Amino acid sequence: MSEAIRLRGIHKQFSGNPVLKGIDLDIAAGSVTVILGPSGSGKSTLLRCINHLEKLDGGTVHVGDTLIGYQRKGQALYELPEKRVAEQRQRIGMVFQQFNLFPHRTVLQNIVDAPLRIRGQKRVEVQARAMALLEQVGLAHRAEAWPRELSGGQQQRVAIARALAMQPEVMLFDEPTSALDPELVGEVLQVMKQLAHSGITMVVVTHEIGFAREVADNIVFMDHGQVVEAGDARNLLDNPQHPRLREFLASVL
Amino acid sequence: MTPRPDDDIAGLRIVGNRHWGRWASAVVVLLLLALALHSMLDNPRFEWDVVAANLTEESILNGVLMTIKLTVISVLFGFAGGTVLALMRLSSNPVLVSVSWAYTWFFRAVPMLVQLFLWYNIAALYPRLALSLPWVGEVWSAATNEVISPFSAAVLALVIHQSAYAAEIIRAGIQSVGAGQLEAAKALGYRPGQIFRQTVLPQAMRTILPPAGNEVIGQLKTTAVVSVIALQDVLYSAQIIYQRTYEVIPLLLVATAWYLLMTSLLSVLQHFVEVHFSRGNSQHRRNWLGRAVPSQESEA
Repeated sequence: MSEAIRLRGIHKQFSGNPVLKGIDLDIAAGSVTVILGPSGSGKSTLLRCINHLEKLDGGTVHVGDTLIGYQRKGQALYELPEKRVAEQRQRIGMVFQQFNLFPHRTVLQNIVDAPLRIRGQKRVEVQARAMALLEQVGLAHRAEAWPRELSGGQQQRVAIARALAMQPEVMLFDEPTSALDPELVGEVLQVMKQLAHSGITMVVVTHEIGFAREVADNIVFMDHGQVVEAGDARNLLDNPQHPRLREFLASVL
Repeated sequence: MTPRPDDDIAGLRIVGNRHWGRWASAVVVLLLLALALHSMLDNPRFEWDVVAANLTEESILNGVLMTIKLTVISVLFGFAGGTVLALMRLSSNPVLVSVSWAYTWFFRAVPMLVQLFLWYNIAALYPRLALSLPWVGEVWSAATNEVISPFSAAVLALVIHQSAYAAEIIRAGIQSVGAGQLEAAKALGYRPGQIFRQTVLPQAMRTILPPAGNEVIGQLKTTAVVSVIALQDVLYSAQIIYQRTYEVIPLLLVATAWYLLMTSLLSVLQHFVEVHFSRGNSQHRRNWLGRAVPSQESEA
């Protein structure tokens, strides 16, 4: 299997405080990777580095064959202009903890706007695809609703459909169920499970160990800005090697 | 449970508070209003017949048009300039930030009337205006007094004044849009210009509109200062007539009536614009009048 995402030597600090201390990671195309770790371990920051929502202090991010956010000239990486980064981001879908639907647009408008405006695709096509996606996340009957009329779980499902409408190669999920009431977590995870079977590359930052066990191919455990342990999901959960991971699993289960 | 005497609740009526105080205060205020109205209508010195006769006088109507023209120009260019100033202020370029800050600081500090006189007398500082290009030399030049008419001086002062205030209103609006909205738009692949137009501005409008409506109404009234440089707005047109006829009060009432009418229309307009931009954000769906209508039932 080829890699969909390749991270090499990622360093990142916030005002002198290192949060990522040299991350190397390969994520196979079509795989589901779950990133686990205590809060403050840098897992969300790492995810945000993949689509250049965070600038790097060192290292490279490749999605497919594309170097993200920078252009290499000799031994220097020059940051790309925002317009070019925007083009690269079209291939990388992202789902946020707080959903971040556009409140001034209806559910359907939230989904069709980017493909229409950015990709310049035909309205008929985009509309049909959007409705199919809404069907897939079980919200076709809410197409004309405003985001604030939906529950958190419904909003998150719309946010997933919105990201998928751009037909990305990879999907990033940043704690997609952490802001939800417990009884709404299941419906979002259900949609993500379906998606995992569709063969798209997924990287998921989450605390849902159950989801990781059931759906993930690989698990990456991070602590203090480093990858402590990574590997096959079931193997790693059933047979954790590193004491920090053992401790972590004991605390969340 | 043992029955008690006051358990007999069949046929019990519930009577709300009577609010005698509300009734009393309403009666007192209505009485005072009636007295005031009576004194206005009964006092012959108001000369309501003169007011009526002059209300649609041609020079007054022309003055109304001038007031509208000044308001529209200064609001349009003022808010366009204010947007640029707000973006400068929010940029990460320290030079742009300081220049924008200084502009707002200066033009909010100097009274409108003083600015008007300054622009009107700018010829004292720069007797000639000229545009020269390198190598080409002077392309255009004119005596400042030919360029600066009462109208252009008024427009300059009003636009500059308005843009300083608009900048702050727009900045507050832009800052009210959450960081998550920007990130969501970025992650989808919107370009910076698209993010501003499609995501930031429509949401900022909700915060911008109420104070902006205030500003526009304020600006309409501020245009009255142009009468001091003899520009014929509605106030100056009224003044011209009463200087001839000495009917000072009735003509000021004519101007008052027109200002009332124009600001009322603006308030109505503001209401509809606010309804438009509050879509998706109000507790209830609203019809075009802004009245809440029952929301479509949520998922069963």
